[in-house]
Amino acid sequence: MYMPPPSALVLSRKAEIVARLQDALPADAVIDDAAETLAYECDGLAAYRCPPLAVVLPRTTAEVSAALRICWELGVPVVPRGSGTSLAGGAMPTADCVILGVARMNAVLETDYDSRFIRVQSGRTNLSVTGAVEADGFFYAPDPSSQLACAIAGNIAMNSGGAHCLKYGVTTNNLLGVTLVQMDGTVVDVGGPWMDAPGLDLLGVICGSEGQLGVVTEATLRILPKPEGARPVLMGFDSSEGAGACVSAIIKAGILPVAIEFMDRLLIRVCEDFAHAGYPDCEALLIIEVEGSPEEIDEQLSRIKTIAAAHNPVAVRESASEDEAKKIWLGRKSAFSAIGRISDYMCLDGTIPVSSLPYVLRRIGELGTEYGLAVGNVFHAGDGNMHPLILYDANKPGDLEICEALGAEILKLCVEVGGCLTGEHGVGIEKRDLMGVQFTPEDMEAQMRVKDVFDPKWLLNPAKVFPLDLSDSRRR
Amino acid sequence: MHPTSEQELAEAIRDARGPLYIRGGGTRSLGAVEGDMLATGGLSGITLYEPGALTLVVQAGTPLATVEAALAAENQRLPFEVPDMRVLRGSQGNSTIGGVVADNASGPRRVQVGACRDSLIGIRMVNGRGSVIKNGGRVMKNVTGYDLVKLMAGSRGTLGVLTEVSFKLQARPEAEATLRITGLASDVALAILRRCLGSPYDVSGAAHVDAGATVADTLTLIRIEGLAGSVAYRAGELARLTGDCDVVADEESAALWRDVRDAAPFASMPGAVWRLSVTPGKAMVVPDALSGAGIPHRRLWDWGGGRLWILAGPDAASHAADTIRTAVAGIGHATLVRPVAGMANDAGEATEPATIAALSRGLRTAFDPRGIFNQIKA
Repeated sequence: MYMPPPSALVLSRKAEIVARLQDALPADAVIDDAAETLAYECDGLAAYRCPPLAVVLPRTTAEVSAALRICWELGVPVVPRGSGTSLAGGAMPTADCVILGVARMNAVLETDYDSRFIRVQSGRTNLSVTGAVEADGFFYAPDPSSQLACAIAGNIAMNSGGAHCLKYGVTTNNLLGVTLVQMDGTVVDVGGPWMDAPGLDLLGVICGSEGQLGVVTEATLRILPKPEGARPVLMGFDSSEGAGACVSAIIKAGILPVAIEFMDRLLIRVCEDFAHAGYPDCEALLIIEVEGSPEEIDEQLSRIKTIAAAHNPVAVRESASEDEAKKIWLGRKSAFSAIGRISDYMCLDGTIPVSSLPYVLRRIGELGTEYGLAVGNVFHAGDGNMHPLILYDANKPGDLEICEALGAEILKLCVEVGGCLTGEHGVGIEKRDLMGVQFTPEDMEAQMRVKDVFDPKWLLNPAKVFPLDLSDSRRR
Repeated sequence: MHPTSEQELAEAIRDARGPLYIRGGGTRSLGAVEGDMLATGGLSGITLYEPGALTLVVQAGTPLATVEAALAAENQRLPFEVPDMRVLRGSQGNSTIGGVVADNASGPRRVQVGACRDSLIGIRMVNGRGSVIKNGGRVMKNVTGYDLVKLMAGSRGTLGVLTEVSFKLQARPEAEATLRITGLASDVALAILRRCLGSPYDVSGAAHVDAGATVADTLTLIRIEGLAGSVAYRAGELARLTGDCDVVADEESAALWRDVRDAAPFASMPGAVWRLSVTPGKAMVVPDALSGAGIPHRRLWDWGGGRLWILAGPDAASHAADTIRTAVAGIGHATLVRPVAGMANDAGEATEPATIAALSRGLRTAFDPRGIFNQIKA
């Protein structure tokens, strides 16, 4: 992955930059020691690493504003970082950048059950948002697999999804307001605990802007009352076509499960070894979860099973206990780490129209054979968000390059059938050079003009999202 | 101008010599807008409808009625319950789907499934430079590049002319029911709505109508939808939270919610009407301020208190505007939906903070550098 060479001018001014930051921030909030900055050299896309110039770890919005203002004055690029779990390189540093990490900003600022919102500092982890309200019967809906570690700041930057967004939507559908600090230090409050914007929906364009428009320091999030109960059912099929057709039939019938997850044989075996969830050994497995009272769950599951029967499932099993349900989800949510135990892998994230599932799965298999690499599939089938996992050997020269070439082919296939390059992980550096597959130069120009408005100097997370040749004149 | 293709529209915009007034069905007029009319009705037709994927792609000038009929034939619908503003505003014409998006028009189900912007998954548009731009697409999960889809929803034609819009759809539920309570004081009713929305029973509508002369005339409504057995069960559970109520189903229930959606009780009453979006727990703040100032008004709460329609009679309208502007600042925002003669277009609306205004202005200039789209007359 090509990154532009670091600015020699910025590198030469390191001492001055660090001194200015140390003047403005508490002593322990600025890190410039080469051994310590190494901890920030990569995010979840660990194939690419580069230690930053320095790291700042502010505790307040005012400190974030001061740090950004200094970098703005000195022309230093800033890469915002939540928990560093991005799979797309969204928080990957450059040698001339300051990493602005919000991990120390993890307080709950306000909870209001009458108005059903929680206001948190953005470094708070996704799962601990729910943790703050669940004793009172509420939860925060978006649930990316990394929810134990990932920060709300990163969720907002990437507009993260999760397994249950089929019913509850993704981050943007559950975000009511943010405090955003612009690159020049300006603090802007966007939205609030009410619904929708009076003028332009700035919140809508900030969410998913990959840390390129500003640093979100606080967020007002919609919380929902917990359902009475939930129960997953496992359905095995002897072909992915059968599973795909079953998904479509369930959706068309007007039943809205909270989640419909798909795994192919490779993933079923790997996840079963990891979680011992009792997954049936078959070509394709669906995990379908419904919510409600026990009677409501029974009613929905019985209808789902009737629909599924027409698609010849080879196994159907309802979870019989809370513990079993937990294991079923543990297996699914651990898919990436489980496969990481057996091989290096690259995780893709394209979305396709649900109707194209069987065709795309077949083509992915063919492409894998062509490139000589195994591809496993685990994904959110209800909304067509695929996660093909390409297995490769990082120690074998040339294997990463073959893997990336195969990945690019698979993502092009997703766009070809009417889908997109990324459903929930973001573009980052990983898909930056593929943007032209999905967008025309004018489409991207319109997006880059949005960044021009928020960050005219293009200092925030600059060499990402847009192909470098298109953003070149702006980044100089 | 009446372009019949995206290309023709792009050329017309490139060639435009002065301001343009973008018009879909003309049912949600923006007030007095300058310039030549640019009618979108020539961009009409359903591009793609996949019921099995709950996906619709449709040209922006397509009449809303055409869209709704096509979806009804497959027992599906737009999730966000589009308000029909013709009754309240006394406007004619037929809404277009592009107008619905430009207004981010959303009804009672907002509390459960979100606004129009939450169901909108893709757009095509022509910006003020005459460039054709697409964003989003036809899939539900898409974070590729910036989300200009959300930015276009509710932008009221100030960034560009929509040519095509895509939605995720919803299956029509098998059953619906509404719990109805009469004669509750507003604060009591709002507390009940909050209790219901804080319960696990998946409420899809929560309204309190205080449009009559006395408390005895008030109507408190809580709606649930879904599989028949589940609706019956949840109606029973919710009734424990509400106390005395009666339950109406299906068409009778639907009619109640059409009235809430359209603020229909205010249609026949003279005066100015505002639509407010406020922090739900602060639903009484603006009405209390009006009452405190001795301004007679009627009110209708939707979204469990988060949306508030206010009517003030012709004589009280300008006084009410000042009070609303002050009271809504910091807890939400207000839009004047039906002015009375002599009122400014933005009477009662709180001013945007300077930081937000600067960003909005910057974006408008980025999309429409000549400032030709939907400029409100000074």
